[in-house]
Amino acid sequence: METSDTANHSAPPAAGPLAKREARLAWGLLAPTLISVAMVVILPLLSIFWISFKPVGLADLRPPVPIVNESLRGRPKVDGDEATLRYRVRNSSQDKPITGVSFTDVLPEGLEITSVDPRCEISGSLLTCTAGDIEGGFRDDFTLDVVVSQAFIDADPDLDETEAVVTGTSSNILTNFSFTLENFARVFDGSEFWGVLGVTMFYTVFGTIGALVFGLFAAMLLNKSFKGQGVLRGLYLFPYVSPVIAVAFTWVTLFDPFSGSANALLIQMGVTEGPINFFGQKPLALVMVTVFEIWRYFPLSFLFILARMQSIDEGMFEAADMDGASPFQKFWYLSLPQLLGILSVLFLLRFIWTFNKFDDIFLLTGGNAGTRTLTVNVYEQAFAVGNIGAGAAVAVVVFSVLLIFSVLFFRYINQEEGA
Amino acid sequence: MRYMRFGYVTAPLLGALWAVVIAITVTVAMSFMTGAPFKPSALWALVFGAASGAAVLYLGRSVVIGAAVVVFAAVAGVGFGPIVVGEGVPLAPTLLGGAACGLFVAWPLVTILKGCPAGDLTRHEFEEAILRFLVGVGYIFFTVIVVVPFYVMVMTSMKSQQALLQNPLDFSLDWSQGLGLFRSYFELFADFNFDRYLLTSLFVSVMTVLITLAFSVPGAYAVARLRFKGQKAFSRSILLIYMVPLIVLALPIYIGFSMIGLRNSIFGILLIYPVTTIPVALYMLQGYFRGLPGEVEEAGLMDGLSRLQVIWKITLPLSLPALASVSLYVFMIAWNEFLLAFMLLDDPSKFTLTRGVAMLNSSEIPRQHLMAGAVIATVPIMVLFLGLERFMTKGLTAGSVKG
Repeated sequence: METSDTANHSAPPAAGPLAKREARLAWGLLAPTLISVAMVVILPLLSIFWISFKPVGLADLRPPVPIVNESLRGRPKVDGDEATLRYRVRNSSQDKPITGVSFTDVLPEGLEITSVDPRCEISGSLLTCTAGDIEGGFRDDFTLDVVVSQAFIDADPDLDETEAVVTGTSSNILTNFSFTLENFARVFDGSEFWGVLGVTMFYTVFGTIGALVFGLFAAMLLNKSFKGQGVLRGLYLFPYVSPVIAVAFTWVTLFDPFSGSANALLIQMGVTEGPINFFGQKPLALVMVTVFEIWRYFPLSFLFILARMQSIDEGMFEAADMDGASPFQKFWYLSLPQLLGILSVLFLLRFIWTFNKFDDIFLLTGGNAGTRTLTVNVYEQAFAVGNIGAGAAVAVVVFSVLLIFSVLFFRYINQEEGA
Repeated sequence: MRYMRFGYVTAPLLGALWAVVIAITVTVAMSFMTGAPFKPSALWALVFGAASGAAVLYLGRSVVIGAAVVVFAAVAGVGFGPIVVGEGVPLAPTLLGGAACGLFVAWPLVTILKGCPAGDLTRHEFEEAILRFLVGVGYIFFTVIVVVPFYVMVMTSMKSQQALLQNPLDFSLDWSQGLGLFRSYFELFADFNFDRYLLTSLFVSVMTVLITLAFSVPGAYAVARLRFKGQKAFSRSILLIYMVPLIVLALPIYIGFSMIGLRNSIFGILLIYPVTTIPVALYMLQGYFRGLPGEVEEAGLMDGLSRLQVIWKITLPLSLPALASVSLYVFMIAWNEFLLAFMLLDDPSKFTLTRGVAMLNSSEIPRQHLMAGAVIATVPIMVLFLGLERFMTKGLTAGSVKG
């Protein structure tokens, strides 16, 4: 953190102590970011591959544990009464075994032990019992016959105060080494997968192109200064800035078949006879979620395209005016070529993010009525069906498709640059 | 196209089309405001529009506008024309609708047909007129599609369930209720803990901003100013993080949090949210830092400041506008975030606002509560956005590399 020479940035990198110190400082400054990203992005990404080969359901997230309940039976009242100290051991899971179960407990003061369960040992006031391997749904009692003393009755100790410490290893499905390919088999099973993929591609392609085209139109509208231009620009950004949950539920309300204003309006204008179930019938629901996607994200393309338009040199248009070019010619031959760069970048970015989109469809239709995309399918498999493994398998498929896109895109970009 | 390039063809044509657009717009607007059965009539709109277009060519501006207002209102009152009303609609809204239609047909037509002679048009004049027409349609189209959903959201939150079922188009407010209009809001705050959700969301968003800045400012400085191996690769690849779909990450995070007991805790949320914003913040800030003059920092280093002191005392004060943009953008992401909150929070006492609104989406809770919740979630971010639009727009442009 000493002074180091930043002035000779252009000089060839020297491996001197100063340069080394600078690099160390840089990595030090970046370390928090790198570590946090590794923990929250890289680690889950790796684990999703692991989980996708695991036969794991929602219920398996809570591993089976042995449970011990301690109770004093026989209601001893006075000095010398006989009683039974009972430890009831059970397996919290109905079907999964736990191995090597044993528990220890500190016996309360003032008890005289008369007989001990053969599986238990006592040393001093410490009781150690071994249950060994227990099956799912296992339940057994370990009993000690005792005679109580007056001291015990006077003290009336709370048995739970010294809780029995129980140990045992259960095989956690997430960390053991049993693997299965069934998750993937289930994902690719039947025609469902191709249907989902088709829906995803429709949503992605038309959502992306639609948002770009509408963004381009909006940008052309606002690419001139007039009173109220700022107001309109702010207004047109509303769909993007508001919380998705608010606008999605508004759309659902607006297009509700029974109490929705859109249907009422269409019926009143005589466009349709009866109410249309916009988000509930098959091809229409997919079109509607795509329209929502366009509506919500055209502001983004609009913002970018407008920024690019405003940086186009005005002189060019003046020259074109001199030459008698018409407005459409100016747009087609002058503006559009200048915008191609930003348009293709936007296309790539929006394509990937539309493909990744989950919340919008989830909130609008929940993936019903033929709108289940791959990302919604991850949730559907993992939480609605309760098969975490299958959900993870879909997630792996999502990620793989994404990688393929990226490779294709990068190859395309490289070609463009090479040409 | 050549045959259309005469003023007496172009003007009535554009006028007719424009009148159809306006007739539809005005009916939609009047229906949404009064709930009364307004209907556009395409045929009459074409006729009256063509006449208005032709009139613009030959008559003065104020004459046309005045005449259109009177004529459109009169025919609407009589019962035909571009806007037709159903039975039982009082005269006042009918006349108002007609007059509005006349005004919005004639006034813009004057502008659209500005400089068009009645006879031959040059290609330039013709295309200019078409273009102005399209621009007008564009303004109406975009404004309507943006305004209508938000209008419905706000108005629904102030209606009662029965009123909505009776006539879903009637958004006129019953002012006699006074504060009763805001009943849904009062109930959300009183019975549904929305005051707490609001505070939770505020806390989570502000903490996310602070943590994000604390992580990304040093990182961005390192990428922008320091030399180390991998600097270029780093600044390019940091955004690749956003190629990974959030749902793919949310599943293992859910599993991990379930196992270590971090689900249902604000702490857990605060572990995740900043990481989703750090890369984009770092990217935005390093771009800004690069643009700052290096000389000032070097002078600081000469004077014996350490690197960290330079960042704190020189770089940061110089980049306050960028910090504002980044903070606003990150705040918006955290405030609007829904997926992780939905998956990780089950305990109603720990909900964020978006998670609370999601809870309202049930058949047992009336629609107006849901819409009131949506309004409560939207208003703060809108106020921020409108108040600080300059920073916000800058942040959006620089940051929208994140989906």
